[in-house]
Amino acid sequence: MRLADRLHFARAAVTGAPWRSALSVLAMSIGVAAVVVLTALGDGARRYVVGQFSAIGTNLVIALPGRTGTGGFNPATAITSTPRDLTVDDAASLLRLPGVRRVAPLAVGTSEIAANGRLREVMVVGVSSSYVPMRNFELAQGQNLPDDDWNRAAPVALIGDKIREELFGPTPALGQLVRVGDRRLRIIGVLKPVGQGLGMNTDELVIVPVALAQALFNSNTLFRVLIEANSRPAIPEVRERVLQRLKERHRGEEDVTVITQDAVLATFDRLLGALTLAVGGIAAISLAVAGILVMNVMLVAVTQRTGEIGLLKALGAPARTIRRLFLSEAAMLSALGALLGYLLGQAGAFLLRQLFPVFPAYAPDWAVFAALATALLTGLLFGVLPARRAARLDPVEALMKH
Amino acid sequence: MPLIELQQIERRFQLGDTTVNALAGLNLRIDAGEYVAVMGPSGSGKSTLLNLLGLLDRPQSGTYRLENRDVTTLTVDEQAAVRSARIGFVFQSFHLVPRLSAAENIALPMTLAGIAPAERKARVAEALAAFGLSQRADHRPDQLSGGQRQRVAIARATIMRPALLLADEPTGNLDRHTGEEVVDLLEGLNAQGVTLVVVTHDPAMGARARRQLVMEDGRLKYDSLASDAGDAPR
Ligand SMILES: Nc1ncnc2c1ncn2[C@@H]1O[C@H](COP(=O)(O)OP(=O)(O)OP(=O)(O)O)[C@@H](O)[C@H]1O
Ligand SMILES: [Mg+2]
Repeated sequence: MRLADRLHFARAAVTGAPWRSALSVLAMSIGVAAVVVLTALGDGARRYVVGQFSAIGTNLVIALPGRTGTGGFNPATAITSTPRDLTVDDAASLLRLPGVRRVAPLAVGTSEIAANGRLREVMVVGVSSSYVPMRNFELAQGQNLPDDDWNRAAPVALIGDKIREELFGPTPALGQLVRVGDRRLRIIGVLKPVGQGLGMNTDELVIVPVALAQALFNSNTLFRVLIEANSRPAIPEVRERVLQRLKERHRGEEDVTVITQDAVLATFDRLLGALTLAVGGIAAISLAVAGILVMNVMLVAVTQRTGEIGLLKALGAPARTIRRLFLSEAAMLSALGALLGYLLGQAGAFLLRQLFPVFPAYAPDWAVFAALATALLTGLLFGVLPARRAARLDPVEALMKH
Repeated sequence: MPLIELQQIERRFQLGDTTVNALAGLNLRIDAGEYVAVMGPSGSGKSTLLNLLGLLDRPQSGTYRLENRDVTTLTVDEQAAVRSARIGFVFQSFHLVPRLSAAENIALPMTLAGIAPAERKARVAEALAAFGLSQRADHRPDQLSGGQRQRVAIARATIMRPALLLADEPTGNLDRHTGEEVVDLLEGLNAQGVTLVVVTHDPAMGARARRQLVMEDGRLKYDSLASDAGDAPR
């Protein structure tokens, strides 16, 4: 029997039992749509997180005090149990390293801010002027911190939008004096509102010169040093040089940890990638369920069309032809279901993107391909049993059922 | 020239612990171009004989030679190929595929055999005209009368130009008048050279055949060819 004739025959059989066919197509399409939508969600989450991480800044290498991670037992750190401070001078020494574009020392603490008779707790970040452009922060009003010597504690501050709103309301904040801890500072800039992100929420931040923050918290150590490499490929070398330089400055003791943004990102990327795969896999179970449904629908078809199968045999159809006829029918049902499910799934992902514009809910190509392939394969696989049952029917007995 | 030769055919059915001898030690020879009516009481083995002749069933023992070839030893698929090329069936209940048009039903044996669409179309058009169905080509079986349905079934049975046409009570579901039309049609085909074997309960129809067989308990009780000429069965 020719392929075109077989498909024609199978199509007539599919449309000849519309309810039965609609049921299997629907089940299959729900399975495929579930895979498409869920992986779109998972991959959207991954892209979102990666995007947020990239927003922290590009090509960043981060040094933090203390030895974390692997490295085993180190007798040096065992004796000097507290790690050496990471100082502003340490940070400054990194400026001259090859491959380094910018460096920002970072001292962090909480304090209270008061103005206009209002008072609230805030997070104070002491940095250099390079910090704002490195983190891609944008100013709504005023200007950045002065490009001073890092040891000068100029009495100025940048404030987040929410702080501005709470302390000053509609009145202008720029140029006003505020009290932070025991210092009086002048507001020289207001950050643009950003809302909730994965990084720090700058809306509730007060940014001051690093020397001022250290004086405020009466501490010499830095919370972090941010180093921006010239380019992405330079990141590993820069990391190595930073580590080396800090080790030299700390008398050969490796008491700092240097991480790259890339590594953190890769971890998240992997984690969320695995999550997407898992979610997709769970959704794929519905495809197996759909496959079983297709099988049952085909078994019913074989029972209902027993007389017809007998006739085909009487007319000289070999077992192979009958098997292929029923397999074609199962394949057609699952192909239709896969197609419909693909469209439904893409429509669902589109809807998600419309509802949550910040969330890039696109199903990854591999998931779409896997869903379609699984649908077709399960349809065929579960179609084998009914097809074989049809092909094995005894013609005389089959003909008597009419 | 013999078309069919049966020798010592045994076909038993096991029903629980009783054995039914549907065909017992059957010997039969039918020549090419014959017109044979098979009669006998219900359960005498007529349909079993026809299924066996049509290679839909196998005997437990004995040999069946069709066109001088032993067909009992063929594989299932080889038998299917013989059915496709040499044997046509007409059933009491028509057995048309309900979702296919009259033309598609007639074309079905050619479609299954993989004959090219152009040739199919030409031969179906010819058959539709020959059986007076040209106006009904696109009708589905439920849009046809009983007589028209059986004519579609006969057109389908002969579209592959078989040597042997087997009909099991072809008029059983038809009224007297349309039944006679169908018999005329079958006899016309026989006149063109097709060997015709008809199972019937209708003595009048049986009498129209050139040769009558009467079966009882799986055996041939009467064969008009072996007895005196003109001695009609009761
Ligand atoms: N598949 C089967 N299983 C068991 N017994 C069967 C089977 N097919 C036929 N028989 C038995 O074989 C015998 C012959 O049956 P067959 O159908 O050939 O009779 P028949 O002459 O065609 O009868 P009718 O005129 O009623 O159609 C009967 O006794 C029947 O019960
Ligand atoms: Mg019978």
